[in-house]
Amino acid sequence: MYPLTSPKVLPRFTEGPRSNTMLERANKALTEKKEVGPITEVNLKEIETVDLSVYYGDNKALKGVSLPFYQKYVTAIIGPSGCGKSTLIKAINRVCEITAKIKVEGHILFKGKDVYDKDVDVVELRRRVGMVFQKPNPFPKSIYDNVAFGPRLHNRLNKSSLNDIVEKSIRKAALWGEVKDRLHVNALQLSGGQQQRLCIARALAVDPEVILMDEPCSALDPIATAKIEELITELKEDYTVVIVTHNMQQAARVSDYTAFLLLGQLMEFGDTSTLFTNPKDKATEDYITGRFG
Amino acid sequence: MKKAHWREWAFQAVALMAMVFTIGVLITLIVDVCMDGLLRLNWQFLTSFPSRKPAEAGILAALVGSACMIALTALFALPLGVGSAIYLEEYAPKNWLSQIIEVNIANLAGVPSIIYGLLGLEVFVRNMHMGRSLLAGGATMALLVLPMIIISSREAIRAVPPSIREASYALGATRWKTIRHQVLPLALPGILTGTILALSRAIGEAAPLITIGALTYVAFLPDSPLSPFTALPIQIFNWTSRPQKGFLTDAAAGIIVLLIVLLFMNAIAIWLRNRYQRKLY
Repeated sequence: MYPLTSPKVLPRFTEGPRSNTMLERANKALTEKKEVGPITEVNLKEIETVDLSVYYGDNKALKGVSLPFYQKYVTAIIGPSGCGKSTLIKAINRVCEITAKIKVEGHILFKGKDVYDKDVDVVELRRRVGMVFQKPNPFPKSIYDNVAFGPRLHNRLNKSSLNDIVEKSIRKAALWGEVKDRLHVNALQLSGGQQQRLCIARALAVDPEVILMDEPCSALDPIATAKIEELITELKEDYTVVIVTHNMQQAARVSDYTAFLLLGQLMEFGDTSTLFTNPKDKATEDYITGRFG
Repeated sequence: MKKAHWREWAFQAVALMAMVFTIGVLITLIVDVCMDGLLRLNWQFLTSFPSRKPAEAGILAALVGSACMIALTALFALPLGVGSAIYLEEYAPKNWLSQIIEVNIANLAGVPSIIYGLLGLEVFVRNMHMGRSLLAGGATMALLVLPMIIISSREAIRAVPPSIREASYALGATRWKTIRHQVLPLALPGILTGTILALSRAIGEAAPLITIGALTYVAFLPDSPLSPFTALPIQIFNWTSRPQKGFLTDAAAGIIVLLIVLLFMNAIAIWLRNRYQRKLY
């Protein structure tokens, strides 16, 4: 048992109160499990892609991307259109298989387990790795039924516990105040921004550990965008968040880590502030300074 | 510039004339039939069995026969058609085989109805020993409407936005639960509309029923699915082929009844479509 005092790899972990709780928790876990060995970077990676390549037919959309996603941090994926950002996050919870025939090489590890292993239960994977899509896509049902759909799928719940889950999820998505009096109104009557927060609430309702967001604000106005960004910052208290975005200011505002993809390749990954202020790669610098993209 | 303007006007006039001609034919038909048969249409006509005397003949057996047959048709064709459509849209891999199946279903929809009659005669009446019964009639009509129901159900299922499916799968729903809770409820109005329109085609069909040998003179109501029966188009066909003038009037009145039934079914289809036409975005 080695109490963690000075992590070398990620200096962030010693900064701020949040990092302290993380350390405490990590140490507690060590004590309980009686595991020997220091916590390394690996323990804190919720998801990791290892030399990941994804093909749509002959088209190679991702070329050997190796990328960590740290637990309870926000990782932004930026890059110009067609660089494979969406493919990357849709590969994580295997949503990309639904609409297209794809071939995956390399590994995506979720808690150390390859999500493309034969024995992986896709239903359970998708429950634990939730997703918010580019365009708000609420079901054409009531607000309540939208949020309750997921929990109903996975558990037999009585009315009051279902009500609790629905309320808790909508509260977490910062939408409760706006909809609490009209939970049985059709979700399509909400504004675009509200619909997107409802979709976030719906994703939270199945109690995921990771939330993948595929350009969640691209269909929203600036005010709705600001609300979602604020929400993302709150969400990382409890969840690992991965956000794909076109908007570099957004990446800079909400994320702790940023990955820059170009033509299916990972050009640079790092601490968001470092990546934006002191990019190592020439292409990254050109992109974030607006010279292309 | 001026020439272009003239062409614009001419094209509009041609299109208008085509429309007037079409509507004109329809109106002529309706007016002609109504002039012949409207006066004959009364309660006695609706509640009487056929008779040798034109004035005492009625359409009751044919009306009830048609209604029972269509109910059986729907019972057979709806589950089969919707099931096939769900399989083809949601489960079948998109390859050359599913393409061939798709083309052939479209072809089946265009097969003349008398061919279905021959098939029904061989399979249901003879091989399956159903006899010239309501059951055989309903089953034969089910074959006839099946391709249409499959096609319209597939269209309705395809119209459900992929984003809804994605959202459902992303929450960990299985394929069955996605279909059951998201796709089918949204597709149902379209499926029902298509089904009713297909059934309204079946109710006007005479050829397959003549082929399988539905009776033309039935003085009783069907009491079981295996009972012999007659249907509206057959009764009308029978009356028009009689020499007495009075039966022609009966036929016209029968046509009015058939038209009313058809319009009623189509109205239900339109009502369903409008009632459930929900905005998906």
